[in-house]
Amino acid sequence: MTAPGATRAPALGRAASRLLDSRWAGLAGLVLALLAPFVIATPYALSVMTSAAIFVMLASGLNMVVGFCGLLDLGYVAFFAVGAYTSGVLSTRLGLPLLATVPVVIVVTVIAGVVIGAPTLRLRSDYLAIVTLGFGEIIRITANNLDVTGGPSGIYGIPSLATSPVVFYYLTVVIVSVAVIGASRLGRSRLGRAWRFVREDEDAAEAMGVHTYKIKLAAYIAGAVWGGLAGVLFAGQLSAISPGSFTFLQSALVLMAVVLGGMGSTPGVVVGAIVISLLPEVLRDFAGYRFFAFGVLLIIVMLVRPQGLWPHRSREASS
Amino acid sequence: MSQLIWNGLFVGSFYALVALGYSMVYGIMKLLNFAHGDIYMLGAFTGFAILGAVGGISPGMALPALLGVLVVTMGVTGLSGVLLERVAYRPLRNAPRLSLLITAVGASFTLEYGMRAAAGADPQVYPLRLGGTSAEILGARITLQQIALIIVAVALMVGLNLLVTRTREGRAMRAIALDPRTSALMGINVNAVISRTFFLGSALAGAAGVMAGAYYGKIDFLMGFLIGLKAFTSAVIGGIGNIPGTMLGGLLLGLLESFGTFWLGGEWRDVFAFGVLILFLSVRPTGLLGERVTERV
Amino acid sequence: MSLLSVEDLRLSFGGLLAIDGLSFTVGEAEIVSVIGPNGAGKTSAFNCVTGFYRPTAGRILLSGREITGMRPSGIAGLGVSRTFQNLRLFGEMSVLDNVRAGAHLWLRQNFVDALLHTPRYRRTERECTEQAHHWLDFVGLRGDRFGEARALPYGEQRRVEIARALARRPALLLLDEPAAGLNHGEKAEMLALIRRIRELGIATVLIEHDMGLVMEVSERVVVLNFGREIADGRPEDVRRDPAVIEAYLGRDDEDDEDDTDDTDDTDDTDDTDGKGGADGKGGADDGDGGGDGDA
Repeated sequence: MTAPGATRAPALGRAASRLLDSRWAGLAGLVLALLAPFVIATPYALSVMTSAAIFVMLASGLNMVVGFCGLLDLGYVAFFAVGAYTSGVLSTRLGLPLLATVPVVIVVTVIAGVVIGAPTLRLRSDYLAIVTLGFGEIIRITANNLDVTGGPSGIYGIPSLATSPVVFYYLTVVIVSVAVIGASRLGRSRLGRAWRFVREDEDAAEAMGVHTYKIKLAAYIAGAVWGGLAGVLFAGQLSAISPGSFTFLQSALVLMAVVLGGMGSTPGVVVGAIVISLLPEVLRDFAGYRFFAFGVLLIIVMLVRPQGLWPHRSREASS
Repeated sequence: MSQLIWNGLFVGSFYALVALGYSMVYGIMKLLNFAHGDIYMLGAFTGFAILGAVGGISPGMALPALLGVLVVTMGVTGLSGVLLERVAYRPLRNAPRLSLLITAVGASFTLEYGMRAAAGADPQVYPLRLGGTSAEILGARITLQQIALIIVAVALMVGLNLLVTRTREGRAMRAIALDPRTSALMGINVNAVISRTFFLGSALAGAAGVMAGAYYGKIDFLMGFLIGLKAFTSAVIGGIGNIPGTMLGGLLLGLLESFGTFWLGGEWRDVFAFGVLILFLSVRPTGLLGERVTERV
Repeated sequence: MSLLSVEDLRLSFGGLLAIDGLSFTVGEAEIVSVIGPNGAGKTSAFNCVTGFYRPTAGRILLSGREITGMRPSGIAGLGVSRTFQNLRLFGEMSVLDNVRAGAHLWLRQNFVDALLHTPRYRRTERECTEQAHHWLDFVGLRGDRFGEARALPYGEQRRVEIARALARRPALLLLDEPAAGLNHGEKAEMLALIRRIRELGIATVLIEHDMGLVMEVSERVVVLNFGREIADGRPEDVRRDPAVIEAYLGRDDEDDEDDTDDTDDTDDTDDTDGKGGADGKGGADDGDGGGDGDA
């Protein structure tokens, strides 16, 4: 059924991967992220790194939907937009501090997840993909057309979460780390196992008593909340949001991060997200070919290494 | 009123033309070819390149020239579709469906941004435009070029329908759509038939691309994205995998959009179209004329 | 009151009648075999009982409660477990995770537990793993439990599938051809396993083509042919039943192969719908399109 070439790691590779998969890899990554501003702290570098961190959060949210549960969501940016706009509107219109908008954002994104998921999750997986794409566009066009969202020019003057970019960066890193760990914990729990059962074989999962529809909806809602909270960070970082930030391209980039890193693999999607968000900075000269290269890369990854750069390891440690 | 209907039917015939490729490919191998809308874009640009190479065309020769370009373009996009399937989809035919879908997204990106790299990000002005003498028919303002384009579109669709329902080739397609394994056992060359399906669908999309270029006058590398979505919606409305249904779906979506735009305003046009898509998928996922869309147990 | 009772079950796919008025019962802790030639409607009946197909007519009762038309997960929640004719393991997950699937319903754990790794989370996960090991021991799995399920040999995968079904702690277990593809030694072990399952107080219904196994293990045998029950009784009686002999021997026994050729198997391999399979018009209006070689 599945493409070949999953596990043929010799003992050495297995030992290496165990080291990488352990929490040490995550801790090392965190330390790296925390030390980065000491190496380079220009406003530009900080903004790039903050964006990368937010992108990591998006990828870890989408990973719950695509990687764990196997549902292709091509409009994931819709939740990002819902979160950003909700906090943006509330903070500018009602003068709330950004943090105070978070509970509302969670409620709104849960509702958005249910509204988008409930009618579509009964459909075949490929229909779901295109419907989510449609939803992503609907949200963007709606934001573009409504007055409350500021129309095409968006919302300005959103208060930041922190006084300086450095503090904001650290805050973002902490929040994103918590989000990544949370997503990973959910993935290993009863719920996360059920997601994987659904991904592997929906009928067998049903036969074991897994209410596949509810489980899929849960994945959707979790993804929505992660995306929405990332949207709050995004609004706080830029202090201005407009529909142009929430195009299909953005959804596709998050998907690429997940696929490239390794669907269902937490360290994989983190690395994937960092690579996708920093690559353009490294390859400035090839800006025109960037998305072309991403498209080709996506095909090649699926053909040659569908499990991604840092695949999920199904083998359990025998304790 | 009749203007709205006419506009709807006109746009709808474009949707239908693109939707057919979507629908045929889906019907035969249950693949959502996300890159299909980009084949349409490729068609528009191929026509653009050919016209640019040929040089100035006198207005009197516009229609014959367009038809010539159309035929060549259909060949080019058809072959591109075959190539796409061979390179990106065939190796994954037995892979999980998710892999195939992601590959299709990758293919779509490759085509869009490959074209952007080749032709630039700015819209191009089509070198050929059909003269617009308009006539008043039943209260609707209709231009001759619209009539010409609709005739071409209808001719292509009728041709396709004859091909699929009347020929051996078409029968093989339908057989594979029902059961690829048994078809293979019965001696049908499944790969060849799938290739031909891609050829036909992509050729039609390419034709639609050229026609859209000549009609709207401007083309850009992202023009296929939205029409891809619309075409899919058309296919779903009519019943994906069902050829007459898909044509009907295209026309219907055109009409719905035309009226929806009238009532809600142009800025909600796409929202309205996707709303229709979601409504149909929730209420009647098989479409109007569709066969049962079923998940195996 | 019997554990499972199927009353006048009917199921049609388009014009095709897969089950035509089937009735049978299964008592507590009873081992019942359902046999019949290919296409007799055995797997279709299983799919109706477990909720994967919605019967066209008839009722299915579990301990007196009607379960007709319920969602498969709902029926599983009431204590029905099954295996599939062509193994349906979660291939890319570990063997243990596969068996943990059976524990899904009785595992009490919410997302807060999962996020915070509360004591309850740790306890439930530990219990779940212990249970998984327990059932793998029970079915006698020799292979690697920590690796991917698809890496196991076929016979071992069958055991894992049964362990998974047992971890659900069912009152009724439906086994769809558990011995298919097993060698002689493995078949003997399967027979012993089925007996041990019965000792747990679990009723077992099996579809099986291996007559030796069926006659050996069953307390009762239900024979289907063309979607209808033609016999129901003790193995030794059924064996002598003229109708059964005719169904099997009357037309040679080339049916014994479990190839995919006719209606019953199409259920598993083809695009027949899970839910409303009954009202389908798919078969009808594609029928001519199929062009059965009228070229």
